[in-house]
Amino acid sequence: MKLAEQVRSGEILALSRLLTLIENDSPEGQEALAELHASTGRAHLVGVTGAPGTGKSVLVNRLTQHLRSLENPPRVAIVAVDPTSPFTGGAILGDRIRMRDLSGDPGIFIRSMANRGALGGLARTTSRMVDALDAAGYSIILIETVGTGQAEVDIARAAHTVLVLEAPGLGDAIQALKAGLLEIADILVVNKSDLPGAKRTARTLRAALKAGSSEADWNTPLVMTNALDGEGIPELAAAISEHQIHLRQTGGRGEKDRARVIGEMERLLLYRLTDRFKAAQIDGAYERAIERVVDRELSPLQAINELLKNSS
Amino acid sequence: MPDTKIRVLVAKPGLDGHDRGAKVIARALRDAGFEVIYTGLRQTPEMIAEAALQEDVQIVGLSVLSGAHMTLVPRIMELLKKQGQESVKVMVGGIIPDVDRPKLVELGVAGIFGPGTSTTEVIGHFERAVTAAPAEG
Repeated sequence: MKLAEQVRSGEILALSRLLTLIENDSPEGQEALAELHASTGRAHLVGVTGAPGTGKSVLVNRLTQHLRSLENPPRVAIVAVDPTSPFTGGAILGDRIRMRDLSGDPGIFIRSMANRGALGGLARTTSRMVDALDAAGYSIILIETVGTGQAEVDIARAAHTVLVLEAPGLGDAIQALKAGLLEIADILVVNKSDLPGAKRTARTLRAALKAGSSEADWNTPLVMTNALDGEGIPELAAAISEHQIHLRQTGGRGEKDRARVIGEMERLLLYRLTDRFKAAQIDGAYERAIERVVDRELSPLQAINELLKNSS
Repeated sequence: MPDTKIRVLVAKPGLDGHDRGAKVIARALRDAGFEVIYTGLRQTPEMIAEAALQEDVQIVGLSVLSGAHMTLVPRIMELLKKQGQESVKVMVGGIIPDVDRPKLVELGVAGIFGPGTSTTEVIGHFERAVTAAPAEG
C-alpha cells in the first residue's frame, strides 16, 4: 500500500514517517502530501502561544485530557515546536515531559518539532505537518509555538483559533500590547490563576482587550485557568468550541483557510524561487556579489538588482 | 532542499530519580546537532515505545541506574519490534554489570555506556550507528 493510503487508513507508523519526510522536505513526502491534500480541511486548528513559562505545554496537556473525556471525544493531535540552537543546529524538545498524562490513549498523537532556525514561532514545515495530521483524521489539532513572546504572529495565519497565554508576574500588560499578541488572540487565557496578581493581570488585559479585537464581530473572551489542577479548562474548551461555531456561521472559517493557503503559498514560492535563483547563478556570481556588498562597493539592493538583471 | 537531522529519544525508564546523566547526554547531543526528544523521569516501557513511534526517532537512548535493565530493556525492544520499529537503534547508559552486557548485545542493543564514558565517545557511536545502516524513511 502506498504511504498516503496507509496514512489515510490510520496507520500510526506511516503517519509518523510521513511527518519526518515532510519535515526534511523530501520528494517522497511532497508526493504523499499532494495525494492527501483532498482529504484535508476537516480539522479545527487551535494555536497555543505565549511567552516562555506561561504554561503552554501544561495547558495543552490538560485541555487534551478534558477533550478526550467528553461524550463524543474528538481525536486530538498536538504539534509542539521548540527552538533549534542557532549555534549548533541541534535542539532539545521537552514538551512531552508535561504531557505524560496523555500517553496510552490511541486517540491522541503528539509530535515534537524543532523550528530549525525559522522565525515567527513555527518551523517552515509546521503547516504541512498539520495538513498530514488533518488528513489522518485528527479533528482537533493543537499547535504549540516556540515561547518567544513577541514574534509568534505566524500562528495567526496557521490556525483557526488562537489562544494567547499570559501569566501573572511576567511583565506588565504593556508587554503584551507591545508584542501585538493581543491582536492575534481569539481567546485570551490568564493561566496560573492561583498565583498572586492573577486577578490584576486579568483586569488590565480586559481593559486592553476592549480597545481592540482580532475580528470585528468576535468579542475576545478572557478565560482564567490553573492548568496544573484543571481549573477553568472546561470553560476554555467551551470558548474554543464557541469560536469554532462562530467561524462556521459567519464564513470566517473560509476566510481563515484562504489566508492560511495564501501564507503557505507565499512561503513556498519564496523558498523555491530563492533556491532556483541561487542554483541558476553562474560560477560564484552570488558569492562575489556578497563580497562586494561586504566591501561596501554595492548596497544589498544594488547587488540583488544586478544579479536579477544578469540572469533574466 | 532536504534538511535532515538525527532524531533521538532520551528517556529514563523505571523508578530511580537520577536524571543527571540523561540530561548531560541530551545536552551533549543537542550541541552535536541532534534533535533530542527528552521525556523525563519514570517512563514506563509503553510510554517510551509510544513516544518513539509518534516521534519517528532513529535512536532511543535509555538511562538506567536502578538495576532493572534486564526487565526494562527487553520489554522496550519487544514493543518497538511489535510496532514495526525494529530498525531503531537502542542505546543503554548507566550501571550495567559486565555479566549482563553480552545478553543485551544479543537482544540487539546497539551500544552500552557505563560511568566515565566521554560524551564525545557517545556522540561518535550514535552518529556511526545511524550512518552505517540508514533507517529507511
